[in-house]
Amino acid sequence: MSDFLQYLISGLAVGCGFALLGSGLVTIHRVTRVVNFAQGMFAVVAGLTAGSLLSAGLPHGVAEVAAVLVAGATGLLVGIVAIGRRGTGPQSALIVTLGIGFLAYAGEILIWGEDPHSFAGLGGAVEIGGAHLQKQYFLVIGAAALGFTALGLFFTRSYLGKALGACASNPYAARAVGIDVTRMGLVAFTLGGMLGGVAGVLVTPLQSVSYHSDVLLITNGFAAAILGGLVRLGPALVGGLALGVAESMVAGYYEASYQSVVALALMLAVMVWRARRHTALYEEAT
Amino acid sequence: MSLSPQGTAASADPLTAVIEVEDLVVRYGTATAVDQVSITVGAGEAVALVGPNGAGKSSLVDAVMGLLRPAAGSVRLHGRAALVPEGRQMFPDLDVEDNLRLGAWPLRSRGAAARDTSRVYEVLPDLAYIRRRKAGALSGGQQQMVAFGRALMADPDVLVVDELSLGLAPLITAALAEHLRELNTSRGLAVLLIEQNARLALDLCTRGYVLESGRIRTEGPSAQLADSAEVAAAYLGGAAEPSGAPDTEGDGE
Repeated sequence: MSDFLQYLISGLAVGCGFALLGSGLVTIHRVTRVVNFAQGMFAVVAGLTAGSLLSAGLPHGVAEVAAVLVAGATGLLVGIVAIGRRGTGPQSALIVTLGIGFLAYAGEILIWGEDPHSFAGLGGAVEIGGAHLQKQYFLVIGAAALGFTALGLFFTRSYLGKALGACASNPYAARAVGIDVTRMGLVAFTLGGMLGGVAGVLVTPLQSVSYHSDVLLITNGFAAAILGGLVRLGPALVGGLALGVAESMVAGYYEASYQSVVALALMLAVMVWRARRHTALYEEAT
Repeated sequence: MSLSPQGTAASADPLTAVIEVEDLVVRYGTATAVDQVSITVGAGEAVALVGPNGAGKSSLVDAVMGLLRPAAGSVRLHGRAALVPEGRQMFPDLDVEDNLRLGAWPLRSRGAAARDTSRVYEVLPDLAYIRRRKAGALSGGQQQMVAFGRALMADPDVLVVDELSLGLAPLITAALAEHLRELNTSRGLAVLLIEQNARLALDLCTRGYVLESGRIRTEGPSAQLADSAEVAAAYLGGAAEPSGAPDTEGDGE
């Protein structure tokens, strides 16, 4: 029972990281229709940056916020390269983001080396029902809950959020009412970068990151986001949490190396199912 | 070309013009969609731009609205132009209220009062009853009315209407045309109406241009254009019923 609780809570925390990463994918896709394969890189950059800033003596909080801002700036840069040139279609932009993601490895190895890095998060643990639970788990879960609520309200309640959504739902009409669709796409990339960054600084204390951690992160984040057709936040959250818990259970009761198989299997199942239903993703791919 | 001299004379004084298009050329690759077109819309004036499918009307509209860069020539706007786009172009997932509010973009320059939709509900009271419905679930006529309301939210000096009647039933078209006439005559809003249904357009507007293969073929007061044998032969003959415009897309591309 205590094992189960342990796996459940740690799975939820890691799942929150996946969900936050997925929310960045959703944010960018919702506005630009681009599937951003450089999304995992934002988390890696933020995690590594936060670690460096902390070892340089910056206090907790400041270092993490600064790292999220760096990830936001990285997102803006990726956006400029991917969609900055007018007339770049979503499919071309997708390939560009994939390229940038790999290109970023070079920069990351140059700055941080090839070894995994981590930093201490929220110290201490609590005992619940015999389970030893790190406080960092609860910080991650709380921050993700806050992030998703804020993001959901932003898209459904605020004027800017609705205008951002309008860019993808009808680009011609958006331009006709005077919305600069390219600039709004860059706003989305910046926001997506920050969301990836939040995932990075929250998860790095739980599992160390290195330059190639983005593959694992993007696989899980994409699997979570695809559940909502890359446009809806709620399913992305549910998907992220389900993945985190499932992988934690598989690792705890069975074998850790099968973790990513869970994500890939879920992703494939959802994609096949969605393609059959001729939904947004299928249309994107044709 | 027989009407051109009178047409030029009937043009609005450039000093009070809201839209001035001069020698406009629009090209897609090697294809020329609009070839040296000059049109003027005066303040408070209602002007029709008629022509068959593929004449370059939508390209002209996009150039006037700044949605595409012309290859040559100039577009000058004196005041604000708002577009009622071809095919209504709703934001389908948003409700009517939000569709209207987005018409008041940009975010900062005009403050929250600009986003107050009540002035649109005064002009188009039917919209108030459907303000919480999703735009994607509305009928074509309702959507066209939302498109009008959204354009009015920009507080325009001139309303550019791209295909008022396309895909709508005759009664719906007539009601919308009446709204447009009301906006023009009682509120002094200038109108540039782009229509395949020449009879409807010339009935609504005081002056018109006939666009064909990217060039202005003839221009003049609506009454003269409607009486003109060549216009009648080319555009009015087939439009015996008021909504005779065929359901077509991709005009001018």
